[in-house]
Amino acid sequence: MYATNYQRATSLDDAVAKLNAAEDGKFLGGGQTLLATMKQRLAAPSAVVDLTKIPELKGIGVDGGTITIGAATTHAAVAGSKEIAAVLPALTGLAGSIGDPAVRNMGTIGGSLANNDPAADYPAAVMALNATIHTSKGSYSPEEFFTGLFETALDEDEIITKVVFPVPQKAGYEKFRNPASRYALCAVFAALTSDGPRIAVTGSGNEGVFRVSEMESALGSNWSADAVTGVTVSPDQMLSDMHGSAEYRASLVSVLAGRAVKKAG
Amino acid sequence: MGNEGIGARVLRKEDKRFITGKGRYTDDITERGITHGVFVRSPHAHARITSIDTAKAASMPGVIGIVGGQELIDGGVGNLICGWMIHGKDGSPMKMAAYPAMDPAVVRHVGQPVVLVVAETKAQATDAAGEIEIVYEELPSITQLSKVLEPGAVEVHPETAPGNLICDWQLGDEAATEAAFASAAHVVELELEQNRLVPNAIEPRAAVASYDTGEDHYTLNTTSQNPHVARLVLSAFYNIAPEHKLRVIAPDVGGGFGSKIYIYPEEIVCLFASKKLGVPIKWVAERTESFMSDAHGRDHISKARLALDSDLKFTGLKVDTIANLGAYMSLFSSCVPTYLYATLLSGQYALPNIYANVKLVYSHTVPVDAYRGAGRPEAAFLIERIVEVAARKLGVSPVELRKKNYVRDFPYQTPVLMNYDPSDFITLMDKALAHIDIDGYAARKADSERRGKLRGIGYSSYIEACGIAPSQAVGSLGAGVGLWESAEVRVNPVGTIEVLTGSHSHGQSHETTFAQVVAQRFGLPIENVNIIHGDTDKVQFGMGTYGSRSGPVGLSAISKALDKVEAKAKKLAGHLMEADEKDIVIENGELKVAGTDKKIAWHEMTLGAYTAHNMPEGVEPGLVEKAFFDPINFSFPAGTFICELEVDPGTGVTEIVNFVAVDDFGTIINPMVVEGQVHGGIAQGIGQALLEGCYYDENGQLVTASFMDYCVPRADDLPSFAVDHIEVPTPNNPLGMKGCGEAGAIGAPAAVINALTDALGTEDISMPATPEKVWRAIQATRPAMAAE
Ligand SMILES: Cc1cc2nc3c(=O)[nH]c(=O)nc-3n(C[C@H](O)[C@H](O)[C@H](O)COP(=O)(O)OP(=O)(O)OC[C@H]3O[C@@H](n4cnc5c(N)ncnc54)[C@H](O)[C@@H]3O)c2cc1C
Repeated sequence: MYATNYQRATSLDDAVAKLNAAEDGKFLGGGQTLLATMKQRLAAPSAVVDLTKIPELKGIGVDGGTITIGAATTHAAVAGSKEIAAVLPALTGLAGSIGDPAVRNMGTIGGSLANNDPAADYPAAVMALNATIHTSKGSYSPEEFFTGLFETALDEDEIITKVVFPVPQKAGYEKFRNPASRYALCAVFAALTSDGPRIAVTGSGNEGVFRVSEMESALGSNWSADAVTGVTVSPDQMLSDMHGSAEYRASLVSVLAGRAVKKAG
Repeated sequence: MGNEGIGARVLRKEDKRFITGKGRYTDDITERGITHGVFVRSPHAHARITSIDTAKAASMPGVIGIVGGQELIDGGVGNLICGWMIHGKDGSPMKMAAYPAMDPAVVRHVGQPVVLVVAETKAQATDAAGEIEIVYEELPSITQLSKVLEPGAVEVHPETAPGNLICDWQLGDEAATEAAFASAAHVVELELEQNRLVPNAIEPRAAVASYDTGEDHYTLNTTSQNPHVARLVLSAFYNIAPEHKLRVIAPDVGGGFGSKIYIYPEEIVCLFASKKLGVPIKWVAERTESFMSDAHGRDHISKARLALDSDLKFTGLKVDTIANLGAYMSLFSSCVPTYLYATLLSGQYALPNIYANVKLVYSHTVPVDAYRGAGRPEAAFLIERIVEVAARKLGVSPVELRKKNYVRDFPYQTPVLMNYDPSDFITLMDKALAHIDIDGYAARKADSERRGKLRGIGYSSYIEACGIAPSQAVGSLGAGVGLWESAEVRVNPVGTIEVLTGSHSHGQSHETTFAQVVAQRFGLPIENVNIIHGDTDKVQFGMGTYGSRSGPVGLSAISKALDKVEAKAKKLAGHLMEADEKDIVIENGELKVAGTDKKIAWHEMTLGAYTAHNMPEGVEPGLVEKAFFDPINFSFPAGTFICELEVDPGTGVTEIVNFVAVDDFGTIINPMVVEGQVHGGIAQGIGQALLEGCYYDENGQLVTASFMDYCVPRADDLPSFAVDHIEVPTPNNPLGMKGCGEAGAIGAPAAVINALTDALGTEDISMPATPEKVWRAIQATRPAMAAE
């Protein structure tokens, strides 16, 4: 790792001011992606501005039909939230499937979404549940926010503050882990929302998280595993690497979608 | 003393320091003025080095010095050696190319060290390393084993080893084997791949090298399984310093699996640089450096043919293997795919005719050498796969086919050099069948089918050879060293005991198990016994720990030294009690005159030995004895493993649901420790079968260079193992021990792949059998299932 300056922000304004004052600053969440990159000397920010102590980025609220999660909330906090588990166990299960306990105790939902790793879990939930991502500058729908592999709509000095999930009627998440890294090689979040069924796939798309509209319409008339397992997606839109070819991933999408729908009940 | 002797499940003495963070590893060692070394490594599989510009780096903050390959040559540092000379079938010696610690002219694998940068801090050394400008002229490379011997293939060492062939080696009687095939009733053929593995000890390799100008003396703390061998080689071949001017210490070492046997370029360069730069230097590998520089394991492709007569007795085995040794010949690389492999191809079977041809080849990959099992996993996999396939093809039960062919009369001479210890292969199989509940298998399989899963069961009856020996025999086969072990037992005046052993524990629990053997002998508590190892200044000599030799060879040396201590103790006690030494018995920490109530405490006798006020005529004071033990044969652990697994046809995921291992390790000192060794070995064997694959891409880049891509087994990949044993002691060492350190890794892969191929109904799957490979196999055989 190259030398860097650690700075702790006390408020959103303070964080932005500190970032802008630094020559080449970076916001720091749980550090589970950023610090690893720095250790490998693939990133060398002159300063890291820690967002995790900012009060408005913290906390979980479940209120009527929505779940609000502060951006600095750790994966462990979401995984262990009884309030969320009572209304959306698919989400606590998803958070509990991320990495290992050390990663979950540090990594945050804001950091995960800002990073938009194509193998990350949260993007699937955000996309399938049509969550709203609130930032220091405004708010985004999932389609607006996720713009490509490791790409988002965020400006350099824009901070995710919270994520608001509408509670669906049903939801299920089925994750197939990369055996080595344990990230998602392919994972499907299936939800029956107020706007109808939504199917989001992570880990496999060559442009990151994506929806499968054919499966969604099939589920609209017949909410069952059988409705989706017969729908195939094209390998052309899939990632391909030593852990899974495009054809294999495409096949997994159909298989896992069926299992996610079954889990949702 | 309670039960702390041989056979007792004693908790490990060393765990107190390990689990409270008090272990002392090489990276924990520091010295006044310590500096830090970082290696610049080749990013190319094959390239000519056009120039190395260190000017900018040398002027950076904290940089003390930079050492390159030319300076090593100018300083008289010798090339690395391969310590086992083998000869090809035409009688010609193996073609060993020069292996400089840092070649200033050519790089031949990704990760090969090129320059060492030394600075006050590791960060400074890393910064400076990034500023060294090396201009490479990239050359074509070859890393895929299947292509290495093709005509016109890129050559790794064209002058020394044309066509990449190091040695075309054979063992066995080719004509007799061909004759067996000519008259066979059945012939079964199989092609196999032994996937390349990365050892991945939890502690990466590390070295702290220092040079004392006042004494003209070097000290090397390093992650070694055999510090005396390291010193010998550093001194006799690499010209670092004569042995009495070089101390090598292997402190606590976090695992080795073979990868820490060898003396690597990094340790040599650090020692050299410590004198040249006049500073102590610490180097600790990063994990990715370990992937690119620790000797890898396995990497064979083979064709095997098995001949059977009409009664289904095996009559012949013919094996053709190509073994990848990487870019340079590592220390024991030549013996692994030859004398540690082809000699075990008879398996547990009476197989009258065997012929093996092994072609050892170079490629632009990390050197390949012994890794847990070293040659025997490759042999066991081959024979146990082809036997299972034979049973399926001939429509007989794999259990019955094995039983029909097991060796039953011992000692048994195979046609491939080995003379097996007594064992009981039938009982090993029967016990394993009972543990797996074979009678319930059909119902379990039906239940799997109801749940949409494919269930399979697979067997593996392995035999292996430990404690490579005797020295004279291995010498005649080409070994450059003897393979005995030494021990010194020091009984202190107060009666406590220090045992100095040439074995080295890096996870094997010697501090406990060796103490148990001593405690048993004199009826003392194990806490009165201390095991000292891993320091050339303390221990007389030693060949170290690998090949499961610490029990059969290391403990045998201790046992011999204990014989001498016991004899002298009896002499002293007899003298003190005015009795005949032949009447003295030692029990519960007392020396008694048999048939009387005369006795003295152990510590009274030991104190007497040191006060020497009343010694028998002609007996020297003190109670310290040494012994060297050179075994008269290898020892032969054997066992049967059964694996039961379930495949999810939709995803191709394999879950191992039951795994049974029944072994014969001869005498067992501590069943808990042995079970631990078996568990770890099976985990690595399952890792090889399902998870671990080391891959190079077409440009010679190592694509699996971190745990993000190289999959080591984790606890949740494994079931709870059922582990049991029988004890048929070997007559060839005093304690009857056969060795247990590698068995799990040797026997497991075939059991898993036999179970998987049973589930899938195809033999066509290579290791590691990843979910995608399994899914593809299902696609090919039953496409409907793979879509659910
Ligand atoms: C061993 C391991 C296993 C993992 N396994 C998984 C897995 O299975 N599934 C999975 O989804 N993830 C996995 N991860 C990634 C993990 O979830 C990370 O926590 C996450 O990707 C990043 O979150 P963080 O809070 O650690 O962010 P950091 O690493 O601190 O930051 C990541 C990026 O986001 C930016 N950032 C952070 N917070 C904010 C914010 N509030 N607003 C704007 N920008 C911000 C940073 O500037 C940086 O660019 C794993 C990580 C490790 C180390």
